[in-house]
Amino acid sequence: MVQLTLPKNSKIRTGKTWPKPDGKNVRKFQIYRWNPDDGENPRVDTYFIDMDQCGPMVLDALIKIKNEIDPTLTFRRSCREGICGSCAMNIDGINTLACIYGLDEVKGDVRIYPLPHMEVVKDLIPDLTHFYAQHASIMPWLETKTNRPAKEWRQSIEDRKKLDGLYECVMCASCSTACPSYWWNSDRYLGPAALLHAYRWIIDSRDEATGERLDALEDPFKLYRCHTIMNCAKTCPKGLNPAKAIAEIKKMMVERVV
Amino acid sequence: MRYLTARKRAEFRGSAHHGTEHHWSMMVSAVGLALLVPVWLYIFGAALGGTREEVLATFARPFPAIVTGLLLVVGMRHFAMGATTMIEDYTRGTMRKMLIIGVIALSWAVAATGLFALVRIAL
Repeated sequence: MVQLTLPKNSKIRTGKTWPKPDGKNVRKFQIYRWNPDDGENPRVDTYFIDMDQCGPMVLDALIKIKNEIDPTLTFRRSCREGICGSCAMNIDGINTLACIYGLDEVKGDVRIYPLPHMEVVKDLIPDLTHFYAQHASIMPWLETKTNRPAKEWRQSIEDRKKLDGLYECVMCASCSTACPSYWWNSDRYLGPAALLHAYRWIIDSRDEATGERLDALEDPFKLYRCHTIMNCAKTCPKGLNPAKAIAEIKKMMVERVV
Repeated sequence: MRYLTARKRAEFRGSAHHGTEHHWSMMVSAVGLALLVPVWLYIFGAALGGTREEVLATFARPFPAIVTGLLLVVGMRHFAMGATTMIEDYTRGTMRKMLIIGVIALSWAVAATGLFALVRIAL
């Protein structure tokens, strides 16, 4: 059953407020903290940063906090240019990538939480094990039955264009964790990210397992739990539209039977 | 603690190989209701405020009776399928199964009661 209240040990408390630096352009950051080793409830710590001494992106502020204020703050980051998808988190209520989300896009205090409705490993790090396993389950690779060609699998320019808007997904999980259907049924619903990738391989002209891929998705939960809520398209930091990809899969499913 | 791998959890019990019929039926019944509901509201609105005899006479005519009958069957079928999806979204286990049985039984009961009343009026 749906739980409408948080369990006692998940209720968020007010945490530590760190000293405010001197300066005219100081900004307040409220950041979710949770350490599995201390047995405490999650808390929200407050930090202040002089923006004249900080880069323009949210990730710049997080790195500054970790380097100069609180080295225990834990978060994932790698490429700092929106390619690796590591730094996905909930910033000012929006799931996005901290590295490409400008601090000027946030009005007022900057509130940073981990991606919603996922188990937390520590602080801003969600456990993406199940999310990645769902991605693996859609077989994200080229499946062929014809003997391998001497040089390469050829593809027309028109067929290649069909992959635009799909291959760019960096698997940051912003979309899936913004989807209420995924919140309630992530054990069985594949979620927008995995389904976008599934469509990327279904629509690939070189792939020869289209029927098997559609067979594997034809399920009331794996695919049809999408109710076209569109949060996925709204939140995607890469500007992709997983809801459209899911709708295209549904159209292909209908075309198989009608 | 069950020592299942992440992949085993993600695969669950594989595909049920159905769902498309449900999706297509919902689309077809939604289109049907988009046509039926305005027509039925027009008939109902025209009969509203009339005497008992006038209302009975209206729903005894073939076209209003057929539209009302179709609305009952298509509407309740659509309701049952939509409510089933909603129940699947928010409940689990035995509760889920009991509620689905309940909502399907309710939809057939409402349709049967309505059709019975319609037949009594029309015949």
